[in-house]
Amino acid sequence: MAGQDRPELVAAPDETALEAAFQARVDAETRIEPRDWMPEKYRRFMIRQISQHAHSEYVGMLPEGNWITRAPTLRRKAALLAKIQDEAGHAAYLYSAAETLGTTRDQTLEDLHSGKAKYSSIFNYPVLTWADIGTIGWLVDGAAIVNQVALCRTSYGPYARAMVRICKEESFHQRQGFEIMTTLAHGAPEQKEMAQDALNRWWWPALMMFGPHDADSPNSEIAFKWKVKRQSNDELRQRFVDMTIPQADFLGLSVPDPDLTWNETTGHYDFGPIDWDEFWRVVKGDGLCNRDRLDARRSAHEDGAWVREAAMAHAEKKRAAKQNVA
Amino acid sequence: MTTAKEWPLWEVFIRSRDGLHHKHAGSLHAPDAELAIQNARDLYTRRSEGVSSWVIPSADIVASEPADKESLFDPAASKVYRHPTFYTIPDEVTNI
Ligand SMILES: [Fe+2]
Ligand SMILES: [Fe+2]
Repeated sequence: MAGQDRPELVAAPDETALEAAFQARVDAETRIEPRDWMPEKYRRFMIRQISQHAHSEYVGMLPEGNWITRAPTLRRKAALLAKIQDEAGHAAYLYSAAETLGTTRDQTLEDLHSGKAKYSSIFNYPVLTWADIGTIGWLVDGAAIVNQVALCRTSYGPYARAMVRICKEESFHQRQGFEIMTTLAHGAPEQKEMAQDALNRWWWPALMMFGPHDADSPNSEIAFKWKVKRQSNDELRQRFVDMTIPQADFLGLSVPDPDLTWNETTGHYDFGPIDWDEFWRVVKGDGLCNRDRLDARRSAHEDGAWVREAAMAHAEKKRAAKQNVA
Repeated sequence: MTTAKEWPLWEVFIRSRDGLHHKHAGSLHAPDAELAIQNARDLYTRRSEGVSSWVIPSADIVASEPADKESLFDPAASKVYRHPTFYTIPDEVTNI
């Protein structure tokens, strides 16, 4: 149900009055729906955020997909397959939500393939061992859950509904990851070492998933005003750290941060500085796997083009044959 | 290259249990109705969320205009006499 007949293009009544009415609805916690009037800036903001989120779900399948055939047991393989299938679903829900704002699926994918649209930087890190699969489920899906739970009450209806569905499915992703980590951390010394090594490599990138500090996050102010987000990057990051450290303690693993301490006064963990240069380097395309991920995504799309075309041609042929009979 | 022609968009409705209505679950792209049903199975019922599904081309859905919301739906707000609680029944009268 894409917004074909967008009211603001049909007539231009007083923009300011419309915008005030829009903001009043947002302030009253009324969800904005696809056919409601919305400022063009809001529409573009939401398209950017939702498609970026969809791309992250999509690209997130690539590093894990490499490990399906190398999963150590059938139980692990079934879980990983199901998780990856969920991520494809998450991407599909979100691409549909973006389409309700008047974009096309092809355009959205085109923006990913051309490098114009971003996806979460975390997926530009290599997945070196089986312990990385455990760590991804535990930390990366764990961080995603913290972010996504916060988005379940976002102001745009289709996005919020997609988030509710995604959050329901996400919990098993984190738990299967933690189960892998538990097995490794309580296994042979080499297994425990492998688990620690994976945690060492993924800890800081996981903290970066929450985005820059609030002061350096240019979009934050407007996102709060429109109630796209309700908690700051730093608040969510802190919540994640507070949740995760006791879990690492349980595993007998330690996060690679010499500054990490429990702060009696605040009731939170204090942690060391994040390497934002690394963050921006990876965002701008110079992570270890940026090129691989995009190449894999592009060739999957291009190699599958004939299938999409053939299915469409077949459907049209069937439709025509039916019409001839009638 | 990308296909010039996108697969059409479908709206998916799922009946979660026998005896309940079909409810809008979301949308998806598919070349025809048959594949829309298949894709809906994979996309919206991976955890036994349904026992029956409907798919409808999104282009065929007719929706009310947001601008008509007041004229369409507000009149009902003043018709409280359509609700049972509007009527006063003496306390000693039961089963009504
Ligand atoms: Fe996901
Ligand atoms: Fe996930």
